[in-house]
Amino acid sequence: MSGMPPAPPSGIAGAHGAERDGGSWVVIPLYNEASVIAGVIAELQEVFPHIVCVDDGSTDGSAEVAEAAGARVVRHPYNLGQGAALQTGISYAREQPGVEFIVTFDADGQHRVVDAVAMIALARAEDAAIVFGSRFLDDRTRPGLLKKAVLKTAVRVTNLTTGLTLTDAHNGLRVIRVDAARAVSLKQDRMAHATEIVLQLGRTGLPYREFPVEVLYTDYSRAKGQSLLNSINILVDLVIN
Amino acid sequence: MWFQILLVLALVGTAVYLLRSTPNAKHLAIRRLVVFLGLAAGVVVVVAPGVLTGMARAVGIGRGADLLFYVAIVAGLVYVVNEYKRSVQLARANTQLARELALAEARLQDRIAELERKEPS
Repeated sequence: MSGMPPAPPSGIAGAHGAERDGGSWVVIPLYNEASVIAGVIAELQEVFPHIVCVDDGSTDGSAEVAEAAGARVVRHPYNLGQGAALQTGISYAREQPGVEFIVTFDADGQHRVVDAVAMIALARAEDAAIVFGSRFLDDRTRPGLLKKAVLKTAVRVTNLTTGLTLTDAHNGLRVIRVDAARAVSLKQDRMAHATEIVLQLGRTGLPYREFPVEVLYTDYSRAKGQSLLNSINILVDLVIN
Repeated sequence: MWFQILLVLALVGTAVYLLRSTPNAKHLAIRRLVVFLGLAAGVVVVVAPGVLTGMARAVGIGRGADLLFYVAIVAGLVYVVNEYKRSVQLARANTQLARELALAEARLQDRIAELERKEPS
C-alpha cells in the first residue's frame, strides 16, 4: 500500500505477472474516473506493487475507489489540472526508498500494462533514462483523422521547442528513470505539461528512446479526449511563459 | 504620420512584454512611476487642454482627443497584460502550495503507517 516496505531488488518483470517490479512506481493523475480506475489499478498490480494515484480534487469518489483498489492515494485539496497532478505524483514517487523507474500512466484505461513493462525492460537493456510511448511508430492505434492532425501538430511544436525528435508528443505513457525524474519540475498545470515534460527531460541530455505502444480508444476515453480547441489553449500556455 | 510608427511600436512592445519579462521589484517601481507620471500628465492636460492639442499636432495627429484615445488603448492593454501575468504567477504559487500540502499529508501518513508496522499496538 504505502511505499514503506523496503523495495526488493528490482526484478526484471519481463513476463506479464510473473515477477513483480518493486523498483518501479506507477504515477496516475486521477480526476473523476471512478468508473474505470479500479480496473486500471487491478491490472497494474499484477506487475507493479507500487502505484500512486494523485487525486486532483475528484468529485465522484475516485480517490476512495483507488484507495480501496490498493493504490497509494495522494490528494490535492482541489482541482489543479493534470500537469499539476503529474508533478505531485513524480515528486512523491522520486523520494520513495528503492525507486528506480517512474511510470506515468493515464487513469482512463487507454494504456496497456504490457507496454509499460516492455518500456522498463527497454530502459534497462539499453541503459536509457527516458522511454516515451508513441502511438505513431506502428499502425495499431487508429485515432480519428482530426485527432491525428491535432496530435501531429503537437508533435511538430514539441520537436521544434525541445530539440528532440519524437513521433508522438501527448502520450501519457512514459518511463522515467529516477535521475531524469529529478529534473522534472512542471509549471504548466493544464495540458501543456505534456510538451513541458519533454522539454525538461530533453534538457537533461540523458539518453532517451521511443517505444511503440497501443492506445486503446474506448468510447469512454474518446469522450474525454482533447478537443481541437483545447490544442489552442496548449499552444497559448506554452508561448506565454 | 510617424505617430503610427510610435503606436505600432507601443503595441509590439506590449506583446514582447507579455511574452518575455517576469514581474519583479524593478518592474513594480517602473509601473508605479508610469502611473504617477500619467496622473501628473492628466492634471496638466485638464488644467491646460491646449497642451494636449499641441502634443497631438507635434506627433502628427490633428486633435488632442485622438491622442488621448490612442494612449488610453495602449495603457489599457498594458494593464491587461500585467494582470494576466500576475494571475499566472498566483496560480503557480497556489499550485505549489497545494502540492506541498498534499505531499506533507502523504509523508505523514506513510510515517504513521511505518511506525504502526514496527510496533503493532
